[in-house]
Amino acid sequence: MKYVSLVWSNLRRKRLRTGLTVLSIFIAFVLFGLLCTIKEAFTAGVTLAGADRLISRHKVSLIMTLPESYARRMARIPGVASAVHLTWFNGIYQDEPKNFFGSFPVSDPTAYFDLYPEFLLPTEQEEAWLKTRTGAVVGRSLADRFHWKIGDRVPLKSPIWPRAAEEAWEFDIVGIFDGANRATDTSGFYFRYDYFDEARANGKGQVGWFVVRADDPDRADEIARAVDAEFANSPYETKTEPEGAFAQGFVQQIGDIGAILMAILSAVFFTILLIAGNTMAQAVRERTMELGLLKALGFTNGLVLALVLAESCLIATAGGFAGLAVAWLATVGGSPIPSVLPVFFLPAKYVAMGAVLVFALGVVTGILPALEAMRLRIATALRRQG
Amino acid sequence: MHWLSQVVSVTLFSLRTIPERKGAVTAAAVGIAGVVAVLVGVLSIAEGFRAAMSAPANDDVALVLRSGADSEMTSGLSRDETRLIADAPGVARGAEGALASAELFVMINLPMRSTGTDANVPLRGVEKTAVAVRGDILVLEGRMFATGRNEVIVGAGAARSFAGLDVGRKFRVGPNEWEVVGIFSGGSGAEESEIWTDAAVLQPAYNRGDSFQAVYARLRSADAFREFKDALTSNPRLRVRPLLQAEYLAEQSSALTSFIQGLGLGIAGLMALGALFGALNTMYSAVAARTREIATLRALGFGAGPVILSVIIESLVVALIGGAAGAAAAYVAFDGFQASTINWQTFSQVAFAFAVTPRLLVTAIAWAAAIGLLGGLFPAIRAARLPLAVALREV
Repeated sequence: MKYVSLVWSNLRRKRLRTGLTVLSIFIAFVLFGLLCTIKEAFTAGVTLAGADRLISRHKVSLIMTLPESYARRMARIPGVASAVHLTWFNGIYQDEPKNFFGSFPVSDPTAYFDLYPEFLLPTEQEEAWLKTRTGAVVGRSLADRFHWKIGDRVPLKSPIWPRAAEEAWEFDIVGIFDGANRATDTSGFYFRYDYFDEARANGKGQVGWFVVRADDPDRADEIARAVDAEFANSPYETKTEPEGAFAQGFVQQIGDIGAILMAILSAVFFTILLIAGNTMAQAVRERTMELGLLKALGFTNGLVLALVLAESCLIATAGGFAGLAVAWLATVGGSPIPSVLPVFFLPAKYVAMGAVLVFALGVVTGILPALEAMRLRIATALRRQG
Repeated sequence: MHWLSQVVSVTLFSLRTIPERKGAVTAAAVGIAGVVAVLVGVLSIAEGFRAAMSAPANDDVALVLRSGADSEMTSGLSRDETRLIADAPGVARGAEGALASAELFVMINLPMRSTGTDANVPLRGVEKTAVAVRGDILVLEGRMFATGRNEVIVGAGAARSFAGLDVGRKFRVGPNEWEVVGIFSGGSGAEESEIWTDAAVLQPAYNRGDSFQAVYARLRSADAFREFKDALTSNPRLRVRPLLQAEYLAEQSSALTSFIQGLGLGIAGLMALGALFGALNTMYSAVAARTREIATLRALGFGAGPVILSVIIESLVVALIGGAAGAAAAYVAFDGFQASTINWQTFSQVAFAFAVTPRLLVTAIAWAAAIGLLGGLFPAIRAARLPLAVALREV
């Protein structure tokens, strides 16, 4: 411990430089944290996909509808535990397209929430939903966004599905579900299909897609093929794939842009580290003579190495951990753009990765000058001008 | 000595000492180059996307959606409604009647050339008048599709981005097979990402009966829009939403553009802070290393002003060199880069090219200059305040 004050006074010698270096490392790790958050937000659907869930949609395109009766036929296919259908409702709240969120009529409320165990809906609210025809169940983040609470009546307009009566759709919020963990997307708005189908002006009996549960996740691909075979050569052919592959397809559609943004951000991160590293290395080189003096006083090679490394690691950890902490704090408040990125948090694995990078930075920037200092011959060092 | 010549000689003197400090100076320049490259790179995505989603040549093209629809995808119009719209005042007329095209807009899955995975590609059914309505559609290769047949022409952007869209190739969608007979350019970039066919063929293929999703109309002039719009919105037989195509495209691209811009500015801003700290470090060390030199100059009669200016100029020069290098690198790497992405507002793919515009380059250089200025200012003040007697004694 007695060497701590030595390291400390070295850091304090050029307070301004130390401060600026810590700040640049701080910025680099804030960026790193935000980068990981955004990456996670984009791929959330893939990582969270249930292994036993399959998505079955119209083969031509997701926007084409399928007959509602497919649910029963699917449920009869061996290996299929249940099949629930959803439809893209495109509800618009307060006539403001910016108030965008996903809204879907669901064929079977109980079966749907069984399919998604990560949606936690209190039993009494589920029962209320079964009793209320116009009832809707919303996710926690959506409810928070519009300050909805149970009992509220919410009017939505749908440009795709006008009501036969030509007025806005009215829903009663009967339940609010929470996510089982932070990664769960709780931005959805679910309501009953029977209410929807009866009141819609056109397309009765037509639905968007099916969520199919396989009773054995290992046979998911096989069951997907069986579902597609069931409807092959019909006017409504299906394309069925595991939920993960389905979500992956959406991520792929973002295309090169995603990859390029990630590449640019990584380049930024490493550029800042390079600059900070250079300054830190410079700070040690300037003191060659002093290090020689320490060795002349009897400091061992190992001790000099350790002192220099301690210094660089201290700078790296001060800046790095503060940066990670700030990035984490910035994401705790939730997504700044809930309509684009509903899932927004910094996963623990990236915090750990950041911590490893912090130490790597400290060691890498310190090691070269430290080795130089260790190998230094006292006579050479003392002769050198500072 | 003349004040200006003092500035010049001190500045030249300090610039000549840069090679002695090349490590630190390079680090500062690289940092600033990085800021500029990131700023230009990210914003060029937004610029390119916005450029693709605009139709500068077509300021007199209007489109009409069903009232309440926020995109063609969610719109629907009957044959009768499309006729009423075509007959509205303000619509230009050609040899074959009103320059209005009732169109159908659907989505098909086609594999992307880059990854081989499915993408949502827009397939548009148009009437014969569609080309005259847009005014600038050019068939680059092959020919126009024949009416009544399963033939398509493919926008240049779509042909680049999705597999199997070469002239002469056929692709199957559901029960229908379509033959690619031509590649077209023109219209907006969004339209260049589309596949076009005869609306009359597309309707039965997609069980659409005799319905459409939008009417595109060429107006007599851009000023005729008011008249056109008033006539449609006051017609009791129609519940529609007329808007200019330029307006519509801007609406469709706003979310993605502002998302990328926000992200780009945020990241570049953070990075600029990082680079500023780097520049400050460099210039403080430069001043510290030259303490005796500066003190000597002051003792010889050089004023505080020239010393301050010389430090700032040095910092500016380093920043501008770094900034120019970063801008050049970003230009080489990103300008014209072909990409496609999904536009969530229409749920469909848009092919576009990254655009490094002159305005972007100027913005980037301005950022570099600002970093250089700030990075030099504080160290310069320190240099000027050095107490002579102490500084001269410094080793």
